[in-house]
Amino acid sequence: MGERILMKGNEAIGEAAIRAGCRHFFGYPITPQNELPEYMARRLPEIGGAMVQAESEIAAINMVYGAAGAGVRVMTSSSSPGISLKQEGLSYIAGAELPCVVVNMVRGGPGLGGIQPAQGDYWQATRGGGHGDYRLIVLAPATIQEMVDTVQDAFDLADKYRNPVMILGDGMLGQMMEPVEFREQTVSSLAEKEWATTGLRNHPGRRNVINSLYLQPDKLEEHNQHLQRKYAEIAANEVRYEEVDVEDADLVVAAYGTTARIVRSAMEEARREGLRVGLIRPITLWPFPVEPFARAAERAHAFLSVEMSAGQMVEDVRLAVNGKKPVYFYGRTGGMVPTPEGVLAKFREILEGKHNG
Amino acid sequence: MAKVFERPKALADVVTHYCPGCTHGIIHRLVAEAIDELGIVDRTVGVAPVGCAVLAYDYFECDMQEAAHGRAPAVCTGIKRVRPDLIVFSYQGDGDLASIGTAEIVHAAARGENITVIFVNNGIYGMTGGQMAPTTLVGHKTTTSPYGRDAKVQGHPVRISEMLATLEGPAYIERVSVHTPQLVNRAKQAIKRAFANQVEGKGFSLVEVLSTCPTNWGMTPVEALQRVANEMVPYYPLGVFKDIDAEGEDK
Amino acid sequence: MTFEMILAGFGGQGVMLMGQLLAYAGMTEGKHVSWLPSYGPEMRGGTANCTVVVSDRPVGSPLITRPGIVVAMNLPSMDKFEDSIKPGGLLVYNSSLITRSPKRTDIEVVAVPANEIANELGNDRIANMVALGALLGKKPMVEMQSILTALRHALPPHRHHLLPLNEQALDRGRKLVG
Repeated sequence: MGERILMKGNEAIGEAAIRAGCRHFFGYPITPQNELPEYMARRLPEIGGAMVQAESEIAAINMVYGAAGAGVRVMTSSSSPGISLKQEGLSYIAGAELPCVVVNMVRGGPGLGGIQPAQGDYWQATRGGGHGDYRLIVLAPATIQEMVDTVQDAFDLADKYRNPVMILGDGMLGQMMEPVEFREQTVSSLAEKEWATTGLRNHPGRRNVINSLYLQPDKLEEHNQHLQRKYAEIAANEVRYEEVDVEDADLVVAAYGTTARIVRSAMEEARREGLRVGLIRPITLWPFPVEPFARAAERAHAFLSVEMSAGQMVEDVRLAVNGKKPVYFYGRTGGMVPTPEGVLAKFREILEGKHNG
Repeated sequence: MAKVFERPKALADVVTHYCPGCTHGIIHRLVAEAIDELGIVDRTVGVAPVGCAVLAYDYFECDMQEAAHGRAPAVCTGIKRVRPDLIVFSYQGDGDLASIGTAEIVHAAARGENITVIFVNNGIYGMTGGQMAPTTLVGHKTTTSPYGRDAKVQGHPVRISEMLATLEGPAYIERVSVHTPQLVNRAKQAIKRAFANQVEGKGFSLVEVLSTCPTNWGMTPVEALQRVANEMVPYYPLGVFKDIDAEGEDK
Repeated sequence: MTFEMILAGFGGQGVMLMGQLLAYAGMTEGKHVSWLPSYGPEMRGGTANCTVVVSDRPVGSPLITRPGIVVAMNLPSMDKFEDSIKPGGLLVYNSSLITRSPKRTDIEVVAVPANEIANELGNDRIANMVALGALLGKKPMVEMQSILTALRHALPPHRHHLLPLNEQALDRGRKLVG
């Protein structure tokens, strides 16, 4: 077991990225993720890398495009309004099939919104976010330790599938400190990036072009079909989730990230009251863990999605439950965080409603 | 018998999509010659823009990346920062560089990124069908300035080279034209210089090349070349605007 | 046992550090801990607070709206958090700066003249350590030695000459309640 270090979430991501082989970071200041670019600005020059503060989030994501196209592990981070600005670049990166890791420490929206924790970017993250038919792999850790472990996973998934990966946190996960341990990473065997623009001298006789333009419709459709086959493969192989007390649960709750921890606190109290509540915590938001929900729908009486949003993931839960059981929603927005007490009250309302019904 | 004229090796042997009389072809050739003469094709990565040169990645025989509209300087920054051994250039039009991509070009220049930028200014959006560009001259008619550009309504055309030359970052900025054979030779020297600077690690170099658009200007190629001489050059004077090698010398 | 607390004061009073020391000390003792700061414009001159959980079980919600313990270093902090304390909980407040008495009667209350004691020791800036000492005297959730280890870690080497002074402040605070 390695040493446990007390670290802020934002800084822990930075250190984990460095340990995953990332030497280049392109960013732009926005609260509540500033400690990440600041950490990279301090650490990367010490190890022969660079953090470039771009003139905008738009420029930052396009620097990521160039760097990823040149074949290195590269990261950018931002928070909601800044992530909106990156959507153009993310669409190009997905279209050109470039691996990179993008961190979104979500804050309240819409518009300039606020700076407190939120989960209102779920749709943007899981539906692509920019133009065209594409997917990001979206990972949603719930603790700083999991965030650290997720970063290595994120870079590996990005490289394996040549696809952008988003780590979806929130202001709380970015700002809070918890003990973390940087575990020895097993070196994953990933293919050489033969497609990268490293200059002809590194791949004589084959010109490498990074591009997402296909002017002929049949060629573009072929490219899209290729992407869709890739996404199907990811959906088949890379779903990650955690189940807690689902086996005997009357009510199965869906929650991710920080919210899942609040739900866990509420569940402990619920069990003391004799309420049988379980949790399915999606760790990959895309691909969404459809199967555990479908399985739970065979025996649980009801489902509840708890989010720091006005109700976004609840749609995926409904798709997964597929009409077999009622799916309820409880959420807070704007930086207001659900409390264990508020969540518990919702459990009671649903379960007592069932008993009454 | 010795061959005295041939296709540069860095220029692909394909038919381009450019319109007859357009000077993109000349400028492509000059870029390819510079790459050949400096012997850098095997370590060069070009970045294509969105605009008429969007397919430039098919025309240069080196590794290429296709950037989003206006973002080529940011893409170049990404490539160059992670692989400083590569020679990285962008090839951008006026809509790409001087309108949607102004932030990217200004800050790449301000940072003094060691890259080479070829900026082709023909004062119009060619690819999309002849709309007004940030560099369209006052009085010129386009599809979105059908009564002629009126400074009171559409503002004034942007002089990029002069603007960027006010920054500390750039090493070299020159505006050239290709409307006469003599000027083509001068443009060649400037473009080669802009690449050589990067090889020598001197920093950000930009060559603005005045260009034509016979199709969207509604002119014959010869008339278009005359327009460059008579209307564009007076507003966009040719010359060196920044040169760190010349600084300190008598000017 | 699980200790859920909010430490609050104005910027510069060292409430963030107080929380980090508790979290760090808990971590070195193998406990589960979390430290969650308030952030944003309220940090600029207004009140600052952090939420700390020290527990022998994994930390669920790092956000605590009904804390068992509140340490209030100034009046706005006591005004803001007094009502949130769980019945039977603990309020430690800085009576050097807070002139009113707490309204709650269903909680335990400890008045600590933190700035006065700090001044007696010759450094107004260690009032936070006096309050922390009092808190630990009342709720020994971590060993004092672990706090000193945490301080050694938190202070840059060129400030290590202040360690004995900090230790004195902690001790004075603890003796106040013990």
